This record gives sequence, structure tokens and C-alpha cells, in this order.
Amino acid sequence: MNVIENNINHQQSSHCESGVVANMLNSQGMNLSEPMVFGLSSALTFVYLPMIKVGGLPLIAYRMPPKSIISAVCKKLNVKMNSQKFSTPEAGMKALDKALSEGKLVGLQTSVYWLPYFPEDMRFQFNAHNLTVYGKNEQGDYLISDPVFEDVVTCPAEDLKRARFAKGVLASKGLMYEMTLPTSPVELEPQIRASIKKTAKMMNGLILPFFGTKGVRHLAKKIRTLKSKPQKEAALFLGNIVRMQEEIGTGGAGFRFMYASFLDEAATILDDKALFELSKFTTEIGDLWREFAMKSVLFCKKRKNVSIDDVAASLEVCADQEAILRTKLLQWSK
Amino acid sequence: MKKDQVPQDSCKSYDGHKKLIYAVDDTGHYQGVQSSGWEVEGFATEMAVQQLDEQLNEMKVALIAGKVSPIAYYLPFFRFDLMSLAHATGFFQWQIKRHMKTDVFAKLSVKKLNKYCEAFNVSLEDLKQPVIKE
Repeated sequence: MNVIENNINHQQSSHCESGVVANMLNSQGMNLSEPMVFGLSSALTFVYLPMIKVGGLPLIAYRMPPKSIISAVCKKLNVKMNSQKFSTPEAGMKALDKALSEGKLVGLQTSVYWLPYFPEDMRFQFNAHNLTVYGKNEQGDYLISDPVFEDVVTCPAEDLKRARFAKGVLASKGLMYEMTLPTSPVELEPQIRASIKKTAKMMNGLILPFFGTKGVRHLAKKIRTLKSKPQKEAALFLGNIVRMQEEIGTGGAGFRFMYASFLDEAATILDDKALFELSKFTTEIGDLWREFAMKSVLFCKKRKNVSIDDVAASLEVCADQEAILRTKLLQWSK
Repeated sequence: MKKDQVPQDSCKSYDGHKKLIYAVDDTGHYQGVQSSGWEVEGFATEMAVQQLDEQLNEMKVALIAGKVSPIAYYLPFFRFDLMSLAHATGFFQWQIKRHMKTDVFAKLSVKKLNKYCEAFNVSLEDLKQPVIKE
């Protein structure tokens, strides 16, 4: 078996997609933090889709749908992205081997469930995970930089094949991608301004009540209705929100801290004190989201001093403050 | 959240791993900080895992009693729900519900059974006669 080990700069990240983009670009000589990638892609949002159920619970997300970070950042930074899907697993694995032997880093979209290096309790049927393959060892196992892990990992070929070609919701069909840096570097400043403006514009949530602050308020209203439901049902409903916000690679508070980190970095690059103040304000909002998570769990634990109304009210505070943040960000980006 | 407030509650679900959280230092600037878990998050995770385990146990008992087909057992075992299994197999949700009945399951063609084998990554033998883990 040919040993291949291409150059990779593995940095642990909070989120798989922003982490893969940062690692793949930085390994080729760029210098982007994960929050910068996340911020530039304008991926921060809030989504509550009561009609789409995952494991019997409504879909809740704190960011734009899978693949939007990769495509937005590549477009903004003029990075050429070459992506392919495959009709058979065999063709997909062959193409992966070929790209590796050409010295490339290969990004993959995979299922989480079939990756053996994931801890048992973190394995679930989610098909839009991202990782970078950078080589192959003597046993024929793949060398992988999975951005949410502390260090690089390895994965047997059979398992990786299964993870790449798992069927189901958001099935990746073996999606693999390579990134080529632009010949002349892109100026970051105008891109930062444009991306902040875009995020701010999305924050009130379009016309439908499922997105942005409207979505947050809609969810708070739904939480108030849990009063008439059995404790267990209410607890599972709230627990699901907390998991989406904290457990699923968000960097804490449903990406709010990561976004504040982006604003902090952007303030330094643009030498803009007002933007640094906005970063601090976003941090406060992140703290409010954490408070909401804490109250939710206290309710689940049946602490008598926390009622459903308290939980809903603390979520409404998040919506109020995000509405203020939106106004401030829009003013700033004028 | 301040750097020194980043929880280090050694969550069971992390299995000894640490994950990256963004937090501020004394000057208000951000840094990535490793966290061994937050008790609040860990509680929510364990509640979800427990719910899955309960569902699985229920199906295990029903399977042994001959009340449901192996499909009903394997669905929670591999952490599917009806929607994700429908996508993974190409069946409609109502078809899968029917296949959970023992008499319907017994009459399924090998071609249909193979779709489940593929989704669960088990042999035809194991699909028909699951090896039940304690």
C-alpha cells in the first residue's frame, strides 16, 4: 500500500463546515480563522421549522443550511472550488485516491453515524458532516482532519465509503471537493462589510415566521403552549433546542459567540472601535442564549422555581436583543 | 462568556474528548478555548440518549415477544426515525410501518429486504434474525 501524507494544517474548530474551509485554505497558505470564515459566509441565523420533524422533534438551527458556508466563502475569496458527486461508491473512492496521489487535500461530505472515531453518544443519522482527507497509511486507512476533533484521526476505507455514500436526508452521494487559491489575493475589508450587512438584513426573518427574530418569537410562543403538555414531552422539546444550540458544534450559544469573535477580529482588521463594541454586545446576547439553555434544563429537572413562562420569557429576551443588534449592525454598515 | 467561565464539566457524552468554544479574555477579545463539556448540555444529551434507549428496549421486548418485525427493532437501534429510514431505503413511511408487522415482514421479497440490509449495514441473515445485544 502506498503511503500518502499531504500537507495539512489541522486546527480544532467548533463547527465542521467552517472548520474544514479554514483548514483547507490555511494549509495552502492563507491565514483565516474559523470565525472569519463563518462571518464572511453570513451563515448566522435562526431557523425553527415546526413542520419538519427530526426524530419526532421540530427542526431548529442557528445557521444557514449545509454547504452554504463553503460556497459563500469560496465565492467571496475568489477560491476555485471543484466539487464532484458519484453514481457508485467505487468511482467515488477511486477519485479520492487519485486526488490524494496528486498531492491534493480533499474535502468530503459524510454521515456522522458511520464514522467509527465518533463517540457513541454523538453518533446520529446526520448526513451533512464535513472533513478533510489528507492521506493514507500503510494499512490503507485514510488520514483525516476532522475539524471538530482535537487531533487528526484515521478511518478504515470501508467505513469511510459507507459514511460518504449513506443514503437518506441530505445524502451526500460521495460529494468531494478541492479548493484552489486565487492567483491574486482578495481584499478582505469590503467583503467583511458586505457580509455583516447581509447578516443584519436577514436577522428579522423575512416574511415567514420561521426565521431570524421572528422565528425565535414563534418558538417562544410554542414553548408557552407546552404548559398543557405532560412534563416529559415538554422536557424533550426543550432538550432538543438546547442540543441544537450547544451540543451540535456551534462554539457555544448557537454560533453567537463565534459571530462575536468574527466581529472582534473584523474590528481589529478595520481598526473600528464601534465594531468592537458590537462584538461585545453580541457576546452579551450569547450569554443570554446560554441563560435560556440553563433555564430550559432547570425546568427539565423539575426545579420548582423555574416555570415554562420563565423559559419562554428568557427566549423572548434573546429575540429583543437580537432585534437591537440588527438595527445597530445596519447602522454600522451604512 | 469569559475564558475562565468556559465549563469544564467532563460530560459523559464527550467520551474524554474536548471541544472548542469561543470566549473572551479580560480585554474583551476572543479566543478558542477547549471545553470538556457543559453540565446543561450534557443533561440534554443524556435525556435524548435515554429516550432512544427506552424506545429501543421497548422494541426489544416486543421483538422477542414476536409482536413486531426486526425493522421495528433496528430503526431505533441504528438511530433512525421514520423519515430518515424512508429516505435511506426509498420506501414510504407508511410502507415501513407495514413492514414492522411480523406477518407483512415474513412475506417481503429479498429485493425489499436487501434495501433494509443496505441501510442498516447488516446481512440478510441478521436482518431476519437480529442478534440482540444486552
